[in-house]
Amino acid sequence: MSLDKATVRKIATLARIDVPEADLDATAARLSGILSWIEQLNEVNTDGVQPMSGGLDESMGLKLGWRADVVNDGGIRDKVLANAPDANGAFFGVPKVVE
Amino acid sequence: MTNLTTLTIAAARDKLAKKEFTALELTEAHLAAMEKHKALNAFITETPDIACARAKESDARIQSGKAGALEGIPLGIKDLFCTEGVQTTAASHILEGFTPQYESTVSQKLRDAGSVMLGKLNLDEFAMGSSNMTSYFGPVKSPWKAKGRSDDLVPGGSSGGSAAAVSGYLAMGATGTDTGGSIRQPASFVGIVGVKPTYGRCSRWGIVAFASSLDQAGPMTRTVRDAAIMLKVMCGHDPKDSTSAKLDVPDFEAALGKGVKGLRIGIPKEYRPDGLNGEVAALWDKGIQWLKDAGATTVDISLPHTSAALPTYYIVAPAEASSNLARYDGVRYGQRVEGRSLDEMYSKTRAAGFGFEVKNRILIGTYVLSAGYYDAYYLKAQKIRALILKDFSDAFAKVDAILTPTAPTAAFGLNDKQDDPVAMYLNDVFTVPANLAGIPGASVPAGLNSEGLPLGLQVLTKRWDEETMFRVCQVLEDAAQFPYLTVTP
Repeated sequence: MSLDKATVRKIATLARIDVPEADLDATAARLSGILSWIEQLNEVNTDGVQPMSGGLDESMGLKLGWRADVVNDGGIRDKVLANAPDANGAFFGVPKVVE
Repeated sequence: MTNLTTLTIAAARDKLAKKEFTALELTEAHLAAMEKHKALNAFITETPDIACARAKESDARIQSGKAGALEGIPLGIKDLFCTEGVQTTAASHILEGFTPQYESTVSQKLRDAGSVMLGKLNLDEFAMGSSNMTSYFGPVKSPWKAKGRSDDLVPGGSSGGSAAAVSGYLAMGATGTDTGGSIRQPASFVGIVGVKPTYGRCSRWGIVAFASSLDQAGPMTRTVRDAAIMLKVMCGHDPKDSTSAKLDVPDFEAALGKGVKGLRIGIPKEYRPDGLNGEVAALWDKGIQWLKDAGATTVDISLPHTSAALPTYYIVAPAEASSNLARYDGVRYGQRVEGRSLDEMYSKTRAAGFGFEVKNRILIGTYVLSAGYYDAYYLKAQKIRALILKDFSDAFAKVDAILTPTAPTAAFGLNDKQDDPVAMYLNDVFTVPANLAGIPGASVPAGLNSEGLPLGLQVLTKRWDEETMFRVCQVLEDAAQFPYLTVTP
């Protein structure tokens, strides 16, 4: 699988990572190299195989933990905001979104 | 007085109890070693004030007979574990200056057991790497050198700071995390013990996430016994991690002396590919013989999907990483680069904040999850993952444990050319399958190659059977008589 420049530009937009125009070709070549190595998986027969979606041990009957749907945390606004680059009073500050 | 930094955790625990020295003296000896070996760059953040304060608290608890399981033991914490009030970076620029307001469950458990935190250890950025070369805070140097040579070697990765600190006698033990081999491969490179427990043994809460279905925390120590002591403290159910298992934690240390008599040890043929390093293959044969000598029988087994594991990992791990790392948006924590719009701020922040390898993996992960490609890549990988798990389940119907080499080579040079990502990924070829299957694995130092560099052997067992894993590890350690003391403290 070989990625073209346009595809890399699209992925970079989806990933919200600014990739300069000048780097697109090199990035495409690098990612294509990794993807073509991954292509070997096409040779593995997976007909009728149930996908494994996580690391949990279903054979042990272990399931994702559940808890009661109740508030068990909160009231720590200052802690939540402590690392914000722009803690605007009691809010996270961001560039203007609505004109 | 004995050299305090070369003691094992087990010995220090006993000597502290007998009051042969104080916890403060033990901690100060390690802080002095850290000062002396700053050039290793093992730590991103040193916390001497916290260490001394906690050591004094330990001394008070020892005096009053209330010592915990790791009372007064100086440990390093990989800088992927959030530590309350202490900068936690994941070795990334994007998290530089991030000061968690909470403590990870694992580091809290270690603290509750009385251990002393020396500082936060260097790693590959977001634990993505096998050399510790991707850290924003610079590479870590291994304390080891090849015979007759002076050039620096990598400690492996991603837990490279942990590996260097423990093998270089800067810490008695350290936490690591292992997503594809990040505990076991560095442990092999520097001649220490590294244990990745069963997925779900250790809570992942408060550990900066890389690939959530693969990440597990574990101990890195100089002996098998020390790993057993430390792992027991780190494990246990945590309601804050929905994948944390509600199972009792065994007394791993009690299993150590049980030997391997009567155990069936599987030797998978796929781990001996054409071109396997001759010294690695020879050491593996030696390990097989040690286990036979101790009364185990070996069984030739096949794990047919072994060669598919690494490329499968490089779909699953980047996919999960691209999702997990979406949170670094310059809004809630970490670095921000301003932009004219919200999207521009995101894109510039992430371009400036993430390093080369992390960006690579996020882009790969975004691609394999994107519309039109999900089935071809991610779903295919999930199915192969099921086949890899089945390989192991079939094998463990016939054997109690599996013995393999940990890594395909010994440590390589810090300045070796590393421009082929796939060549770097191959470091994890023997360790990745255990993460995909969720089974426990450990690396034990087993010998030195002709250059005088450590090589490790890996022991794998079925899920939740760390006790058998520790029994095998102990026999290997006893037989190997590994010369870890050859590094000058």
